[in-house]
Amino acid sequence: MLLDDKDRIFTNLYGFEPFNLTYAKKRGDWDKTAALIKKGREWIVNEMKASGLRGRGGAGFPTGVKWSFMPDPEKSGKPHYLVINADESEPGTCKDREILRNEPHKLIEGALLAGFAMGAHKAYIYIRGEFYNEGSAVNAAIKEAYEAGLLGKNAAKSGWDFDVVLHRGAGAYICGEETALIESIEGNKGQPRNKPPFPAMAGLYSCPTTVNNVETIAVAPTILRRGGAWFKGIGRDDNNAGTKLFCISGHVNNPCTVEEAMGISLKDLIEKHAGGVRGGWDNLLAVIPGGSSTPLLPKSICDSVIMDFDSLREVQSGLGTAAVIVMDKSTDIVYAIARLAHFYMHESCGQCTPCREGTGWMWRVMMRMVEGNASVEEIDMLLDVSKEIEGHTICAHGDASAWPIQGLIRHFRPEMEKRIMEYKKAAA
Amino acid sequence: MKKPFDINADYQPETFEFKDKKLVDEILSRYPTYAKKSAVMPLLDVAQRQVGTEGAKAKPAYGGWIPRAAMDKIAEIIDQPPIRVYEVATFYSMYNLAPVGKYLVQVCTTTPCWLKGSSDIVKSCEDYLGIKLGETTEDQLFTMVEVECLGACVNAPMIQINDNYYEDLTPELTKELLGALKEGKEMPAGSQVGRKCSMAITGATTLKDQAKKAGGA
Repeated sequence: MLLDDKDRIFTNLYGFEPFNLTYAKKRGDWDKTAALIKKGREWIVNEMKASGLRGRGGAGFPTGVKWSFMPDPEKSGKPHYLVINADESEPGTCKDREILRNEPHKLIEGALLAGFAMGAHKAYIYIRGEFYNEGSAVNAAIKEAYEAGLLGKNAAKSGWDFDVVLHRGAGAYICGEETALIESIEGNKGQPRNKPPFPAMAGLYSCPTTVNNVETIAVAPTILRRGGAWFKGIGRDDNNAGTKLFCISGHVNNPCTVEEAMGISLKDLIEKHAGGVRGGWDNLLAVIPGGSSTPLLPKSICDSVIMDFDSLREVQSGLGTAAVIVMDKSTDIVYAIARLAHFYMHESCGQCTPCREGTGWMWRVMMRMVEGNASVEEIDMLLDVSKEIEGHTICAHGDASAWPIQGLIRHFRPEMEKRIMEYKKAAA
Repeated sequence: MKKPFDINADYQPETFEFKDKKLVDEILSRYPTYAKKSAVMPLLDVAQRQVGTEGAKAKPAYGGWIPRAAMDKIAEIIDQPPIRVYEVATFYSMYNLAPVGKYLVQVCTTTPCWLKGSSDIVKSCEDYLGIKLGETTEDQLFTMVEVECLGACVNAPMIQINDNYYEDLTPELTKELLGALKEGKEMPAGSQVGRKCSMAITGATTLKDQAKKAGGA
């Protein structure tokens, strides 16, 4: 069962039409935005809760609940901020890029609605610096929105004042972590903060702040227009609802980004949209289902697994950002994961010792594992060390560096042992 | 990653002035008045671009980088000690703190690109330019570096040259691209095999009506 075009939110995903306001309005953006705002803060938050939308940035926290954590704007006595995380850098993930360059008005309208719901008069969009052209598209859309009275004083004639500012990053994966992102906007190195205090209490400039992913904010206007019940009706169950952008990369015939229903089977996603695995389904070795930090799945699991938060958790992986990296039988699976270990080493902010030292150590051991220049006991040591890093750092970067290696050992230990044996034989 | 960073090097100019003062003021206005420090990243970017614009006209040409004098100037503008600017500039990978070639070729080699042959792309760049990763050509036209995931995995393998992404590459297309830049041609960014954004190469599997209308099916 594939998603119908009538249920798609991102109707300009591939940029067939210009992103500009005229075309965005034709696609239904900015349609009676003021009327949605007039329904009130509580209605918006409740509708988002009713939709079952879970954050699209990787962690999958229910969006409506997150918005409701913001204090009452009349009582907090501080400005509130909405921060939109467009620092898309998780290897495999390139979904927000399509929203930023082809559907920026969905994002800006979503910012206004979300900002109003949490009592914020200002939103910062933090975009990764490398997305220069995408950022320019967003800036052009922001400018159009100001000129049309959709932003600024009495935005979209809603009675709510609202400003949006684009802030460009400069090449640091860690700034995708919400508190590192806040540090970065404040003009510091992007090093995550300890929690609590959580951003909803003390975030940007020590004011109540909510950080949401681009896709989360961009789907909000359509959900509010069509109703939470519509969104919840799509997908496998109430906890895994709605549509989702999937990016399928690697060894498939037609890599693509596509909006599909949550709960589509991995096999359907690859065969119906990405043209199948190179060399046929039986040539599949493994899939990383949700961006580089989610543990890989061997073919035996890929045969039947369903793409949603809970199904992937049941097989000890995760939906993450829904970035599906496909690897066929020609892949050096140990090197594929070792390369990810290099990524995590490179991107560690250096603040916590287990991560700063551990990611480099794991990469060096992994590079020996690629050759087989190790002893079998070192596989267990690698697993042990990965568990010492996991959960012992301020942010989830340590966890994210450990999971791919744990996934490799879980499913491909015989391959690692085989290489060690062969290396020993060759050396003898 | 260790970046070359030497504030006492010979190539450091004595002074730096922002040419577009209005832009500096506009950047400061984006943040609360008590949070001038927030302007550090946009100002570093402006400085790098200003040097790059001058460099594009110079002979031999060079690319954008941030001299120490620019960082000191920024520190003055945002009322911070210079070290606060240095530590930000050294933390983020996109700020070049030493001169670079006119074209900064950044090859992505993270797993999704590697699966699609980024090693061959690195090799074709090295062969064509006659330099290794991290080096600059003698004519200062190209600097080549390895970077981590640039977030265009569906269009792998890809490289970034200055502000543009060049996607769906092969070794041959990479050499053609570098050759055209060498001759001073402007090369259109995006997919180098003519595919629309991240749509399946054989045609859209969804939104087919729109695709047909736009002639992109």
